[in-house]
Amino acid sequence: MELFDFYRKDRWPHVFCPGCGNGTVMNCFYRAFNDLGLPLDRTAFVGGIGCSSRIPLYINSDALHTTHGRAIAFATGLKLASPELKVVVFTGDGDLGAIGGNHFINGCRRNLDMTVICINNNIYGMTGGQASITTPHDFLSTTTPSGNKEYPFDLAEIAVAAGANYVARWTTRQVHELTKSIKTALQKKGFAFVEIVSQCPINFGRRNKMPDPTQLLDWFKESSVRRDKARTAAVDHVDLNLAGQITVGEFVDRNRESYEELIGVVKHG
Amino acid sequence: MRARPGEYFLQGNEACVEGAIVAGVRFFAGYPITPSTEIAEGLARRLTGTDEVFLQMEDEIACISAVIGASWGGVKSMTATSGPGFSLMQEAIGYAAMSETPVVIVNVMRGGPSTGQPTRASQGDVMQTKWGSHGDYQVIAFAPASVQEMFDLTVEAFNYAEKYRVPAFLLSDAEVGHMRGPLTIPDKIRIVNRKEKGIKRSDEAYDISDELVHPFPVFGKGHKTMITGMTHAEDSRIEPEDPKIHQELVKRLSQKVLMNRKDINKWEVMCPGSKTMVVSYGAASLGAMEVASQDDRIGLLRLKTIWPFPEEPVAEIASHCDRMLVCEMNLGQLYGDIKRVALEAGCRKVELLSKIGGDPPTPSEVRHKLHEMGAI
Repeated sequence: MELFDFYRKDRWPHVFCPGCGNGTVMNCFYRAFNDLGLPLDRTAFVGGIGCSSRIPLYINSDALHTTHGRAIAFATGLKLASPELKVVVFTGDGDLGAIGGNHFINGCRRNLDMTVICINNNIYGMTGGQASITTPHDFLSTTTPSGNKEYPFDLAEIAVAAGANYVARWTTRQVHELTKSIKTALQKKGFAFVEIVSQCPINFGRRNKMPDPTQLLDWFKESSVRRDKARTAAVDHVDLNLAGQITVGEFVDRNRESYEELIGVVKHG
Repeated sequence: MRARPGEYFLQGNEACVEGAIVAGVRFFAGYPITPSTEIAEGLARRLTGTDEVFLQMEDEIACISAVIGASWGGVKSMTATSGPGFSLMQEAIGYAAMSETPVVIVNVMRGGPSTGQPTRASQGDVMQTKWGSHGDYQVIAFAPASVQEMFDLTVEAFNYAEKYRVPAFLLSDAEVGHMRGPLTIPDKIRIVNRKEKGIKRSDEAYDISDELVHPFPVFGKGHKTMITGMTHAEDSRIEPEDPKIHQELVKRLSQKVLMNRKDINKWEVMCPGSKTMVVSYGAASLGAMEVASQDDRIGLLRLKTIWPFPEEPVAEIASHCDRMLVCEMNLGQLYGDIKRVALEAGCRKVELLSKIGGDPPTPSEVRHKLHEMGAI
């Protein structure tokens, strides 16, 4: 399958800004999906609201572009109504961790078979750069003009604690590792969560002395620490600024029975 | 498995469960809330097949979202709630209207605002049902007044949700939901199935033109369906900046319901031709029903469909009577529309008997009000 068999060329040009990390994630996702040879017509893509949540609308398959924060809840209904469909959710830090936080933790807990790709750009990009639940402490945004006084969520650690079967985090700088993790997530039975720390040069980098996308990518590279080497920093590693590191790697890979197996839903007539 | 045809003695909420199963519900998502919980409990016991799902979600927003998601999986799906949960669902109800997703939402109304009276009946959500989400859209809502109607109108809510691709509501209340009474399940029940894209069959859903209600593209069938709550063109292209596309879409969403009022509106008349007519619905009509059955000077127009507003039956009844009394268990929500239509149709006086606090208006309260009006 060529790139533009997978993506809808007729929907180009897309809404993403130059230098956005969404393109990198879309490329990695396409490669993972294509390498596995998964049937596109048997895969449904669900998004919430935000830049990353727009990705399903560019994929040449069934797409459900839902309300803000509720993508996992919509995907839960869709998956249980059509258990034979593979369901993939594209979401962002605000959509997943703030307004949709309840559905995120309960989705992990329920461990329904779905793949959730969260593009965490540490900011509300589509609305112009407001602080999100992953904006690092002291960083600037339009709603934190004198620096963010709050501390960020660690989405991957939340997913581990809440019970997801597979959890990995990479940045847009580690494309090979990311592609491999997306492959693992797509093959995983149960709730599989891949968080990608991604660059928003326009609304995050520009206000934080990193207006060039390559500056953000360099920052990701310098800050990334493999999880197996980062365990001692567990208290601090949630905070990109204070700890100076982004913990990356596979956080968990386990095989709890998925929800639809537990309730015995096979198919719908 | 659906209940066998026959005679039963059930609670209103239990009759709703039986109605949903007969209508073909395959997916229910709920969250515990008084006084609707028996519906979730009943469906938890009943939806146990390998092609049926009962799901308890983390909140009501998740419930309605999952129900909409399930509908795109191609199954009949519903949720049940009451006031506070209903308020939480509003954004997604607007999404269902915009994305034209058939879903059934049962609201067993209790006294509000806020936590209000969890165990007491109310009709306080009548206007919220119509206007609860932002933007212009139309919905279909039924108001049952008996255990039998909890069954019958649940089936109808599914039928009309599927036929018109809209969110359809069963607006019950703590009184009707918790009353116990006889239920007859007939041998033959009219069931309308979804007009699915790519499938043509002789079905009631097909008597509406494809231009007004587009055939439903189920996920996973190769349709490459794109569903969004944003303003979209006919081919699902997102066009939030195009005024013409927005106008066409939003007007069609309203017109497919409003233009088919004759098909959707259901009502019952007692003593037609009386000079004084009571207009009521749901539990609020119970007292007036008794009055009208005992006093031939008093008639009753009992609305079973309250949205889309039944203009024609109200106007018809109003044109043949001198005065009207509207009975509601709120501070007058449907009263405004009824008064407008009735006065336009030539009725001289339209008054309101409004009762809140949890009890339906009693027959003596209805008589007292009618006496004040000079009707008896």
